[in-house]
Amino acid sequence: MKTTNINFIGNRNIALIFSGVLMIIAMGSLAVRGLQMGIDFTGGTLIEVGYQKAADLTVLRNTLDTQGFNDATVQNFGTTKDVLIRLKPQEGISNVELSSKVLEAINKNTAEPASVRRVEYVGPQVGDDLAEDGFLALLYSTIGILIYIAWRFEWKFSAGAVLATVHDVVVTLGLFSVLGLEFDLTVLAAVLALIGYSLNDTIVVYDRIRENFRELRNKSTEEIMNISVNVTLSRTIMTSLTVILVLVSLFFLGGEVIHNFSIVLLFGVFFGTYSSIFIASPMALMLGISPEDLMIPVKEGAELDGRP
Amino acid sequence: MQNHFPLWKNLLVLIVFAVGIIYALPNLYGDDPSVQVSSTHPAKLAQEQANKIESEITSAGFKVKTFEFKDGLVLARFNSADDQLKAADLLRDKMGDDYNVALNLAPTTPTWLRSLGAEAMYLGLDLRGGVHFLLEVDMDAAVKQAEERYNDDVRLALRGEKIRYQSVSKDNGYIKIKLNSADDKPALMTLLGKDFRVLDVTEPAEQDQVWLKLSEKEEREIRKFAVAQNMTTLRNRVNELGVAEPVIQQQGENRIVIQLPGVQDTTRAKEILGTTATLEYRLVDVEHDVQQAVAGHVPVGSRLYTERNGNPILLDRRIIVTGDQIVDSSSGQDQDGRPSVNISLNGVGATKMGKLTQANIGKPMAVVFIEYKTETKLVNGQKVRHKEKVEKVINVATIQGVFSHRFQTTGLDSPQEARTLSLLLRAGALAAPVEIVEERTVGPSLGQDNIDKGILSFVVGFALVVLFMAVYYKLFGMIANFALAFNVVIVVAILSMLQATLTLPGIAGIILTVGMSVDANVLIFERIKEELRNGVTPQSAIFAGYDKAFGTILDSHFTNLVVAVVLFAYGTGSVKGFAVTLIIGILSSMFTAITGTRMVINWVYGNRRVEKLSI
Repeated sequence: MKTTNINFIGNRNIALIFSGVLMIIAMGSLAVRGLQMGIDFTGGTLIEVGYQKAADLTVLRNTLDTQGFNDATVQNFGTTKDVLIRLKPQEGISNVELSSKVLEAINKNTAEPASVRRVEYVGPQVGDDLAEDGFLALLYSTIGILIYIAWRFEWKFSAGAVLATVHDVVVTLGLFSVLGLEFDLTVLAAVLALIGYSLNDTIVVYDRIRENFRELRNKSTEEIMNISVNVTLSRTIMTSLTVILVLVSLFFLGGEVIHNFSIVLLFGVFFGTYSSIFIASPMALMLGISPEDLMIPVKEGAELDGRP
Repeated sequence: MQNHFPLWKNLLVLIVFAVGIIYALPNLYGDDPSVQVSSTHPAKLAQEQANKIESEITSAGFKVKTFEFKDGLVLARFNSADDQLKAADLLRDKMGDDYNVALNLAPTTPTWLRSLGAEAMYLGLDLRGGVHFLLEVDMDAAVKQAEERYNDDVRLALRGEKIRYQSVSKDNGYIKIKLNSADDKPALMTLLGKDFRVLDVTEPAEQDQVWLKLSEKEEREIRKFAVAQNMTTLRNRVNELGVAEPVIQQQGENRIVIQLPGVQDTTRAKEILGTTATLEYRLVDVEHDVQQAVAGHVPVGSRLYTERNGNPILLDRRIIVTGDQIVDSSSGQDQDGRPSVNISLNGVGATKMGKLTQANIGKPMAVVFIEYKTETKLVNGQKVRHKEKVEKVINVATIQGVFSHRFQTTGLDSPQEARTLSLLLRAGALAAPVEIVEERTVGPSLGQDNIDKGILSFVVGFALVVLFMAVYYKLFGMIANFALAFNVVIVVAILSMLQATLTLPGIAGIILTVGMSVDANVLIFERIKEELRNGVTPQSAIFAGYDKAFGTILDSHFTNLVVAVVLFAYGTGSVKGFAVTLIIGILSSMFTAITGTRMVINWVYGNRRVEKLSI
């Protein structure tokens, strides 16, 4: 790939407007539709059963309905032979015995007994804790990064990187909300991994800007940024491609359990790459970054010290 | 000299590589479905017992792969999981209570690797199948129990010291003592100062009263003790369940994680872990009329109970023996073939029982089965902790003769119930009720599925990246691919060495690492290309590429690491597994992608004139 010369920074308004619109849609959907929280956070019971032949969901639904589990959601999971049954925390019924009761109920009306593949029960008090821990993880990783970048670079870069990352996370979560995909612990882990990845990309660009600030003294901040984004462009795309390759493999072959995990990262890598090219540097620019911010302070008499 | 590694650096990379391969190797060997038999008593199994077990298995017609007896532990390996399950059922039936029969997956790692301490990765429950429980200890109940105990102790002490009192009662966390006259107060204070230092003393305006409260320190101790005691009891119970490699850990202040690999019968596991069952022995009150008691006139010294068949019965208020005085128990059958539990008491209990039976020959005695259940339910959207104490009289029998240390109790519904009760009595009581707040069960078929899918997506993902790098960066890409493989070997080796738990998200983490760890190489190679475009000689371009990319790699990987560490700190279960592989992957990729590739590139291009790089 030849070094490109695209005027990313000059046309930053297009990207910023595009991102602004995306953010509004994402936040709107998050506010109105919210996220489809999994039982990890809401509490409840989840039962995955397998059959030899394709399962008749209508029969299963009716059975559960008549047995008093009318809030149960029944759907196929991956294949038509696998069924996922989800129950909210039940009023009055002992949750510990719930799974065996449900299994008993569904086995009544089917010729073939279901084989249990997975049962998950999360009590209401645990759900709250998991949600809190998840939120704290997001918060602390953001703070940790702010501090590290502020220390290694400069606070404007730090703020720019965090804003670009927040952009990626919000847009990805927004897409999750729009598509109605379930948000559980594994997905949360993927969101955190995405933060790491998105930053990784941004840092590479910033690192080059810092280097060029020190080397290309006669150019404007905007020009330097543009050069830096362009020279790192091929690496940004290459790395994103390799990550996308493994994620595609995970998405298609990793099974249902890991499906949403790979979707988050696929979206995330896409937006992370986009934001480190189009958003991160303009952010730092708008916050007023200038080469002077990153000059290595020259000590008085430093030149003399270098002499023998 | 540019692009030349000193000998030590070459050796370092090669040694790391070799060690990595050795420790990653055990993962290529599979597992044998096997049955592990140990003694339920402190004494280890003897050779003749092992022989008996072996003959039981072989005479039933099972094909045993190998039969090992070491350190009082029998390990029989089978060719199929089906044989394993059947053989275990057979042994449980034939060998009885003295043996602990557990299912196990015994690794087939060769001895020379095992002697180096090399073991396969520890597979998480989502890969091997099993149950994960999170239990919450009801600390408040433990504190309340302690208050009750002190309440009784204070009353007894007052009586012992002949201090006359109107009442000793519990009220809102206080134990309130009301004396007959204020004159006895100094004597009371002396007593409290001597025997009840752990209680905080409050003196209200009323001169004849003293209020006591558990000191903060004591309350903390009680809470700590409740969890510690419960861990011990649960460990005993899990051992009785016959599970190989169980995990029992404290999580946070009041929660306990229990992982039982391979367990499928969760109903039984829940019953045994979650119940607080015990026995009490009481005399039957034959002097008063039961019907009057049912109508509401329960005599002062008695309590009303219900028998199994629903009939009411009056029992003496005083307990002869409680569950904590039981030191051992086993299940069996009485002369008539009814399920029974054989009880052994400790000295104190035996003395009491001996005295009582001597004085009451011919009178009926009752056995009360007590079970505590705690659970949190949603009532109108609110979380309400619901506690239940179930007491049933399981047996009423006439005292035929004097007994003390050992005796038998019948009246249980089934042999299964007798076994469970004797197990619970043997394993000891829980210091505070527990509640199952989280359960995750993974069936064995799903576990194997997850492994297969994980491996397949890894292989395909890896192959795609390798192909892509080879096409785009040619020889340099191939070298990066070598480093990539090296990186995977190291990650697997470190996971095996740490015996960290590999979960499905963990496998996803390794796959993700494959995609991301080439990043360092992409950075370096792009930098080299850039230098070449600027007209630098190939040798200097290699040197400058590595040199200039290093800082970038450090910064970008470090931020990634920060996130992974936070994820590790706040993640639970399978998410932690993901964080672990990510952390190890990031760190080792820096070594393989920078030092590893540099070594090979130095071998290829170093120390000679190079016109053109294959990049």
